[in-house]
Amino acid sequence: MAVTATLPETMVPRPYLVDRVTADVSDTFTLVLKPQYGTEQFAFRPGQFNMLYLYGVGEVPISISGDPNDPQRLVHTVRALGTVTAAMQKLKRGSVVGVRGPFGSSWPIDQAEGADIVIIAGGVGLAPLRPAIYAILARRERYGRFVILYGARSPKDILFSRQLERWRSRLDTFVDVTVDRATGAWHGNVGVVTGLIGHGGFDADHTVAMICGPELMIRYGVLTLIDRGVRTNNIYVSMERNMKCAVGFCGHCQWGGNFVCRDGPVFSFDQIADIFQVREL
Amino acid sequence: MKPAGSTDPLPAIIDKGGLQVLIDALIGGGFTVIAPRLTDGVIALDTITSVDHLPAGATDEQEAGYYRVHDGGGGRLFDYATTPQGWKRYLYPPEERLWQAKREGAGFAIVEERAPVPRYAFLGVRACDLRAIGILDAVFDHGRSAEPRYVARRDQALIIGVNCTRAGSTCFCTSMGTGPAVGTGADLVLTEFGDDAAPALLVEARSPAGRKVFARLGGRQAAAEDIEAADAAVAKAATMVTRHMATDAAAILKRNLEHREWAKVAQRCLGCANCTLVCPTCFCGSVEDTTDLTGATAARWRRWDSCFTSDFSYIHGGSIRRSGASRYRQWMTHKLSHWWQQFGSSGCVGCGRCITWCPVGIDITEQVRRIKDSEGGPH
Ligand SMILES: Cc1cc2nc3c(=O)[nH]c(=O)nc-3n(C[C@H](O)[C@H](O)[C@H](O)COP(=O)(O)OP(=O)(O)OC[C@H]3O[C@@H](n4cnc5c(N)ncnc54)[C@H](O)[C@@H]3O)c2cc1C
Ligand code: SF4
Ligand code: SF4
Ligand code: FES
Repeated sequence: MAVTATLPETMVPRPYLVDRVTADVSDTFTLVLKPQYGTEQFAFRPGQFNMLYLYGVGEVPISISGDPNDPQRLVHTVRALGTVTAAMQKLKRGSVVGVRGPFGSSWPIDQAEGADIVIIAGGVGLAPLRPAIYAILARRERYGRFVILYGARSPKDILFSRQLERWRSRLDTFVDVTVDRATGAWHGNVGVVTGLIGHGGFDADHTVAMICGPELMIRYGVLTLIDRGVRTNNIYVSMERNMKCAVGFCGHCQWGGNFVCRDGPVFSFDQIADIFQVREL
Repeated sequence: MKPAGSTDPLPAIIDKGGLQVLIDALIGGGFTVIAPRLTDGVIALDTITSVDHLPAGATDEQEAGYYRVHDGGGGRLFDYATTPQGWKRYLYPPEERLWQAKREGAGFAIVEERAPVPRYAFLGVRACDLRAIGILDAVFDHGRSAEPRYVARRDQALIIGVNCTRAGSTCFCTSMGTGPAVGTGADLVLTEFGDDAAPALLVEARSPAGRKVFARLGGRQAAAEDIEAADAAVAKAATMVTRHMATDAAAILKRNLEHREWAKVAQRCLGCANCTLVCPTCFCGSVEDTTDLTGATAARWRRWDSCFTSDFSYIHGGSIRRSGASRYRQWMTHKLSHWWQQFGSSGCVGCGRCITWCPVGIDITEQVRRIKDSEGGPH
């Protein structure tokens, strides 16, 4: 009898229907997806990502930006930058997207219990951190201080601005936002987000920091936190590399000895301290 | 020679005719037999059906950036070193369609490829290449996920190793601990020895599948002198190895990611990707999504890729590895250093192909030595 081989679920996209599209800021939009067939829930850990496939166009890694306690809705926030993501911007309710995942490591939500939490995000980097924010707020009493620092290019590029306002209005959460370029009626901070580190206060010895954004911002963020006494094993970053398979076969996502698709995308700084400063690695 | 396990029969001695019996038995058993074959002046792997397809009397001459086949005139069937490419392409094809999808309304339905998995018998697998297959096994079946196509082809494959009795000048298996004697993983192992015009083949069975084929071989039982002569021929090959890899290559590279030698070698390296193409363990691949002209069907293709291309590390805003130096560093540190972190072994088996087939003759053993000899001390 002839032997055939069946590809595992991790290698074949499953069709999902676009349930809702929201334009967040000019080039960024959020897709709410649900399975085209069946009622399967999408369980994931904050910080994980999916490979999103557009029929015949291509496939890209996109973090999950929804609430881990609401697995009925699979939520992704995408910035339109190139071929695949620009085509995704044209999706409408009822369109179909292929989904493989979830993949990768996650933010240390459980390990961080008892500690102060500092979240530092730049641009669309807030999206992969939003599930962590939801998870922490869902059991807020288990953490110390909770600080969210966010940087955007300009006031009109502030992602999830209404949510940021809502979180800011909570007495148990400190939110501060900065922009690179002030426009119009902006009276807030101007400058890089790493300049906000320290706002809201934290007990450096008992702080877990989570950073996502442009790589340069991550670098400054880590150095500033170390400077302020945060332990290197308590600093977590989420990294981006080219990804073709997401399951450790294609080699594209390598960063030193790591496969970012399975050892990352979330790394504790300790894991990567020896390669972090090496350029073009 | 490896001591025969308690269930392994004593080795047998066969001649060319006996090898034809083996080939016939394999074909009769449903195997496609792949073996070295002289094609266009190169001893390359190909499908064979007869012992006459093996390159009798041929030897090869390999040097950095140099390869020639010579007709030695004798009757030896395995008197050369590595073929330009290893066995990787049979287990992990250079180009493969993973699935197709049919448009269905607003969506699509996946149509999985259902091609039967080929059943290969690899005849003439060298020690280094067998180790390379072992390394690919760890890559494509790493506990967290397994690539079922690779695994199925691998499970079905029968491996007939050949102990090297002549080492090529670019070989450095001895310092990698991979050869010239065939290690674990072969079903049958051959050693060619004795008279140049009509050499004998010592056959060992090393697995249940190997013993099944062995039982049909005939020949005569090997005598103590045969085993001694075969052992001596393999030991001689070990003494012919002239190149050596520094034993602490992994650590040397790990602490020298910023060494100036990377920029120097980049001035010679053409970025042609030959080294990654011929390497029996390089596994990187790319994925391409396509549609037919009507858009009715789409497909996902996987193709071999190389870390020497600048697209390889592309992310929005530009490639991570923009310079040739960073790409050469990626290839070499991955092979010799980062592989340990990923798979618990070196990614290099010392086959020497990347040295032979580099158009400018860059030598991976020499590159490590240059870094080692000019280290600024431990950082
Ligand atoms: C783990 C991970 C999580 C991500 N999460 C998000 C997210 O939540 N929201 C979001 O908007 N973006 C996210 N990105 C970035 C997103 O994958 C890229 O913007 C996207 O791949 C660009 O594809 P494109 O075809 O539109 O662009 P093009 O510029 O046309 O890119 C061509 C190809 O290069 C590769 N590529 C380009 N940029 C990147 C990149 N930054 N990372 C990986 N591959 C890239 C892709 O294969 C892409 O198809 C994430 C990336 C990674 C690795
Ligand atoms: S790096 Fe060179 S010598 Fe080592 S296995 Fe690959 S091709 Fe052979
Ligand atoms: S074969 Fe030689 S020239 Fe070509 S990419 Fe490899 S090292 Fe560079
Ligand atoms: S994306 Fe293919 S190995 Fe990580």
